[in-house]
Amino acid sequence: MPEKLHPLTEADVADGKKVVANPEYIVWRQTDRLLRGWITGTLSEEVLGLVVGLDTSAEVWQALLDAFSQESQEREFYLQQQLSLYRKGNTPLVDYIRTFKLLCDDLAAIGKLIDDRKMASICFRGIQTRPLFLYPSALFTRKNGVLFCTMKSAQAQTATHENQQPQKVSYHSQAKTLEKISHEYEAVIGIETHVQLSTLTKAFCSCPYLYGSQPNTCVCPICMGLPGALPVFNSKVIEFAVKVGLALNCNLSMNSKFDRKQYFYPDLPKGYQISQFDIPIATGGFIDLDLPMEFGGGHRRFGITRVHMEEDAGKLLHSGNESYSQEIPYSLLHLTHYYGISVDLNRAGVPLLEVVSEPDIRSGIEAAEYAAELQRLVRYLGVSNGNMQEGSLRCDVNVSVRPIGQSEFGTKVEVKNMNSFSAMNRAIDFEISRQVLLHRQGQVDQIVQETRLWEEGAQKTVTMRKKEGLADYRYFPEPDLPEVILTKEYVDNIRDTLPELPEIKRRRYEKIGLSMQDVLFLANDVNVADFFDAAVEKGADVKLAANWIMSDIAAYLKNEKLSINEIKLTPQELAELISSIKGGTISGKIGKEILFELISKGGTVKALIEEKDLVQASYIVDPAEIEKMIDKVLADNPKQLQQYRGGKTKLQGFFAGQVMKESKGKANPGLLNKILSEKLNAKS
Amino acid sequence: MLSAVQNPRLFLIQSRFHLHFPPKSRHFHRSKVPLASQILTEPQTLFSTLPPSSEILTIRKSLLSRQRTAVEIAEEFLNRLRQTEPQIRSFLHVSENAIREAEEIDGKIERNEELGPLAGVLIGVKDNICTIDMPSTGGSRILANYQPAFDATAVKKLRDQGAIIVGKTNLDEFGMGSTTEGSGFQVTSNPWDVSRVPGGSSGGSAAAVSARQCVVALGSDTGGSVRQPASFCGVVGLKPTYGRVSRFGLMAYASSLDVIGCFGSSVADTGILLHSISGHDRLDATSSEREVPDFAAQFISENFLESKPLKGLRVGMISETLGDGVDKGVISSIRVAASHLEELGCIVTEVSLPSFSLGLPAYYILASSESSSNLSRYDGVRYGNQVAADELISLYGASRANGFGPEVKMRILMGTYALSAGYYDAYYKRAQQVRTLVQKSFKAALDENDILISPAAPSAAYKIGEKKNDPLAMYAGDIMTVNVNLAGLPALVLPCGFVEGGPTGLPVGLQMIGAAFDEGKLLKVGHIFEQTLQGCRFVPPLIADGLAC
Repeated sequence: MPEKLHPLTEADVADGKKVVANPEYIVWRQTDRLLRGWITGTLSEEVLGLVVGLDTSAEVWQALLDAFSQESQEREFYLQQQLSLYRKGNTPLVDYIRTFKLLCDDLAAIGKLIDDRKMASICFRGIQTRPLFLYPSALFTRKNGVLFCTMKSAQAQTATHENQQPQKVSYHSQAKTLEKISHEYEAVIGIETHVQLSTLTKAFCSCPYLYGSQPNTCVCPICMGLPGALPVFNSKVIEFAVKVGLALNCNLSMNSKFDRKQYFYPDLPKGYQISQFDIPIATGGFIDLDLPMEFGGGHRRFGITRVHMEEDAGKLLHSGNESYSQEIPYSLLHLTHYYGISVDLNRAGVPLLEVVSEPDIRSGIEAAEYAAELQRLVRYLGVSNGNMQEGSLRCDVNVSVRPIGQSEFGTKVEVKNMNSFSAMNRAIDFEISRQVLLHRQGQVDQIVQETRLWEEGAQKTVTMRKKEGLADYRYFPEPDLPEVILTKEYVDNIRDTLPELPEIKRRRYEKIGLSMQDVLFLANDVNVADFFDAAVEKGADVKLAANWIMSDIAAYLKNEKLSINEIKLTPQELAELISSIKGGTISGKIGKEILFELISKGGTVKALIEEKDLVQASYIVDPAEIEKMIDKVLADNPKQLQQYRGGKTKLQGFFAGQVMKESKGKANPGLLNKILSEKLNAKS
Repeated sequence: MLSAVQNPRLFLIQSRFHLHFPPKSRHFHRSKVPLASQILTEPQTLFSTLPPSSEILTIRKSLLSRQRTAVEIAEEFLNRLRQTEPQIRSFLHVSENAIREAEEIDGKIERNEELGPLAGVLIGVKDNICTIDMPSTGGSRILANYQPAFDATAVKKLRDQGAIIVGKTNLDEFGMGSTTEGSGFQVTSNPWDVSRVPGGSSGGSAAAVSARQCVVALGSDTGGSVRQPASFCGVVGLKPTYGRVSRFGLMAYASSLDVIGCFGSSVADTGILLHSISGHDRLDATSSEREVPDFAAQFISENFLESKPLKGLRVGMISETLGDGVDKGVISSIRVAASHLEELGCIVTEVSLPSFSLGLPAYYILASSESSSNLSRYDGVRYGNQVAADELISLYGASRANGFGPEVKMRILMGTYALSAGYYDAYYKRAQQVRTLVQKSFKAALDENDILISPAAPSAAYKIGEKKNDPLAMYAGDIMTVNVNLAGLPALVLPCGFVEGGPTGLPVGLQMIGAAFDEGKLLKVGHIFEQTLQGCRFVPPLIADGLAC
C-alpha cells in the first residue's frame, strides 16, 4: 500500500493501473455532507439560492461569507452614521438615550464595540445644543454608567467643575438662565463672513494661491506691496461677487468702487487693505434656510446687509509655527514674541467677499446654519471651497442680549476664532448665556464692547481685546483702480447661468415627495445633489435613489473619505441598478454587492450581472420558466407532494430546494416561492 | 524791464562770432501785448541753423553713419557728468554699466544688427522710478540702498529701445517738494546759478538735462514736479495726460495725480521720449488704452515752415496766472511769448479760470491724503530701513520717524488728518468737488481754445534755502501747475526767455496746456515756437564753453 492518502483525495491513481477508493475520503465526505445539511437547514429560502449547487460545506460557508460579510461592513457604516448623525433635538432625554443605546448595541452585535469614552462623547455631542453640556472632563471621571446618568447628575458634576472657573459663572445658574432665556431675554446676532474666492489668481496680481504652500512662495512685487507696484483688478472677482450678490437676492450696485482701509499691521504689506466702503457691490438681500430636523426643523429667512469685495491679508507665523489669523493686539507682540514672528504673504491679496448679515439671528444653531447655508451657496456657485479649517470661510459673530420687549440692542460683543459650524453654535450659546447671566445678576455694565476668542479646549469665550473707541480706518477711494461698472447685459448673463441654488433645490425635492431629512441630506452637498438629480433623470425611482445615496453610498464615502465625484459609480448605473432591483432582475442583496463593485471598480450593472452569472446565481425571472421547473419537481416527487398535501407543509422548503437545484440556483426565490405555494395549495 | 532781459547765448555767440543783428520789423497786437516785450524779441537771427535740434536724432544719425561710436558719445556725456557733478549734484547714483552698454550698441552696429530708436541715448531717471540694476530710493533715507526687483514699465520700454540708463537723479523725498532741498541725501544746484535751486521735485533730472549730463531724462509730475524744474533749468519738460504713461514702477506719491514726465533739451527730444514710454500697460489699471500717435512725425523742419505756421490756432492766456504774486519779469516773458505765438498766426486771447485759485488748497489736501496712504507701506517690515524696537508699534514709529524727512512727515500728518473720521467731508470730499470744478473750467476753456498758456512758475529759480523755512511760500509756487494735475491734462513747458539773476540770467518757462491726450498738438506748437524763437539758446553758462562749438 502506498502511504496514507490525504482525506480530500477521492481516489488513488498513483500506481496508474486502477482506481482505489480512499476510505478516509469517504468518511470525510459523509461528515461534510452532514455539516452542509446543518448549514443549509438554517437558511431561508432566499439565501438558499446562494448555496444551491455547492458541493462542500466549506464552499457553502465561503459563499455565505462572501455574500454577507459585506453586509456587516455595510451595516457597521450605517449604524456608525446613524450614531453620529443622531441628535437629541426635541425628543425626551430618556428616549434619546434609549435609542442611542440601541444603536450601540446593534453595533456591538456585529462585533463593533464602541468604547465607553467614545460612546459618552458621541452621546453628549448629540445633546449639545446648549453649552451646559460642554464639560466633558467632568463627565469622563465616571467610568461606567455614564450614558445612563440623568440630566441631574450631569448637572451636579459639571457644576462642581464650573465652580473652579474664575468667572464663577456657576453651571447651575447658567442652566437655569438658559431655561428661562427664551422667556426673558433674546439674543441678537449678526454675522460677518469672509469668503475666500477660488479664483485662479489673486485679486490684484497674477500670483496663484495654493493653500499650504511654503511661506512666501506665492508672492510678487504687487502683493508684497513693493514700492512702485500697482494693483490690477482680476475681473473674475467681480463675476464671483455678482454671482453671490444675485444668489443672496441682493440689489447690485451697477457703479461701485474700491476704497482703501488703512491700518498698520505686519501682515498688511501696503499699510492699507483694498476693500469697498460706502458703495458695496451688493446690498439688501436675504438668505433662506431650513434648520436640521434634529433641532426641530423650521424655515428661516435672514437679511443680508451687504456683500463687498476686498483682499485678504498675509499671516503672521510665530516661532511655534502657530499661525494666528489677522488681528493680534499690539501689546501681545512683545519683544520676546516679536523676534519669533515672521510674515507669510502667500495669502495677501487673495480675493475675499465679505457678507454681512442683518442682526436677525437669535441662537447658536441659527447662526451655525446661516454659515452652513452660506457655505452651501458658495459651493453651489463654485466661487469658493468654503472650507472653514483652511480659513476659506471665516465668521466673526456679533452677539448681544436684551430683555424681551426692549427695542434697543444690548452692547455687542464680537466672537472670533470658530473653525467649525458646531463650534459656532457652542461659542454663541456660551456667549449668550454669559451675557444673560450678567443681565440677571444686574451686572449689565460688565458686558463691554470687545472682541472675544472662542477657546475650543476650554469651551468658552475669553477676552481678546477691548475696543477703545471706534477704529478710524480713514477710508478713501482707491485711486489706483478704476470704478467697477456693471452693465445690465453682464449681470443678466450671469443671472442666466446661475445653477439651481440650495433653497430652490430643497423646495423642489420637497415637492417630488422626499422627506425633509432626505431633502436636507441631498441638498447639503452640491455634488451629491447633482448625482441624485442625474440618477433621477436617468429614470431612477426618487425615493430609492435617495435611500441608496444616503445609506450605502454615503457610508462608503464617509469611510473612504471620498466625495461622490471620486467614485466610479455613475448616476446612470445607479439608476440601472435601482430599476434592476425594482424589476426583480436581481435581489436587493445582490444589488448591494454589485453596488460596491460599481463604486470601487466601475463598470456597468449589466456587465456585472452577466459576469456574476458565471460564478454565482443570477435569477431566472420568467414565471413561465419557473413554473415549468416547479411542475417538473412536483411531478418527480409525488410522494413528498402527497405528504405536503397531507399537512406536512414544512416540505415546501424541500420543494423549493429541489426547484432551486433544477434551476441551478438561478430561480428568483420570491417568484419561486410565490408560484410554488400557489401550485402546492391550488390542488389541495 | 529792459535790464531783466538777457540772452546769454547771444553774449556767447556775439563774442565768438562777432555777429550783428539786423533789425526786423514786427507786427504787434498792441491791445494785448505790452510794448515792453518788443525789445525782448528784437535780437534776430541769423542762426537758423542753431535752434535746438534733436540730440536723439543727431546721435542716431551719427551712429548709423558711423561718424561716432556709442562709446564716444557715452564718454562725452559721462565726462561732462563727472566734471559738473561736484557742483550740480543731480545724480544719486550713476550707472557702472553705461560704457559696457554703449559697447554692446557698437557691437550691434558692427554686426549690422537693428538698432532701437533710442540706441546710445543716455537717459537719466528720477530716483522714484524703479530700476532693477540700480538702487531706487525715492530720495528717502527709509529706502537707502533699496534695490527694486523690477524695472518700471517706462524704464523697461526705454531699455527695450536701446537706451542707456545713465543714473538715478535727485529729487525731493518721494516727490514732495519744489526745490530738491527735501532730498534725504543731497541738494541739487541749478546749472544756471549753482547757488540757486533747480526746482523740484524732479530737480535732478532737470539739472542733468540742462547741464547735458544726459541726453534726456524721466521725471515725475504730481503737482508740477516736471514743469517747474524745467522752467527753472531752461529745458523742455512735458507732463503727459494722466494715463498716457504707465505709472507701474513709479513710487506712488498721489496716485490720482502722478504721471511720469519727460525732460529734453529740445521739444523734439521730449516728444520722442514721450512716444517711447507711452501706451497702455496691463500692470497699471489707470493707464489709457488710447493709441499713441507718432509725435515726431508732426515736427516740421523750420525750413519748410510757412510764414504763419500756426495760423488760426486759438491760444488762451490764463489771466489768473499773470496777476499778483507773479514776478514781473516772468509776466513780461510770457507776454512776449504770446506775441511770438501771434506772429506765428495764433489768435491769442485772455481767458479766465475762476476756480484757478482753489486748485492749490485742493491739490494739497488730495495729494497729502493720498500720500499718507501711499507711504504706509514704508514701515520697515519687509524692506527699507528698520529700527529695532521692543514693541511692534514702536517698530513702526521709530522706523518711520527715522526714515522720513520733515516735509514727508508733515504731509503724512496733514493727509492723515484730512482723511480722519469727521474731517473727511470737510477736507477730502470738498477738495474732490473743487477738483471737479477745475476739470470743468479747463474743459470749458479748452472748448474755446486749442491750447492755454501760462507761466510754469511764478518766478525764476530762487536761492537755495530761500523758501526752506516757509513752506507756504513754496507751496504757493505750485499755483501755475497743480490745476493741470487736478484736471489730468497734458502740459508742455519750454523755455521762452530770461529774467535777471545769476551770472547770465535765469530762464523762464512757458507752460502750454492742451486737451486730454492732445500731447501731439502741444508738441507741434512747442516745436514751431522753439524753432522760431530767435536769439535764445538755453545752454547754462556752466557748460556753455564746452558745448558752443
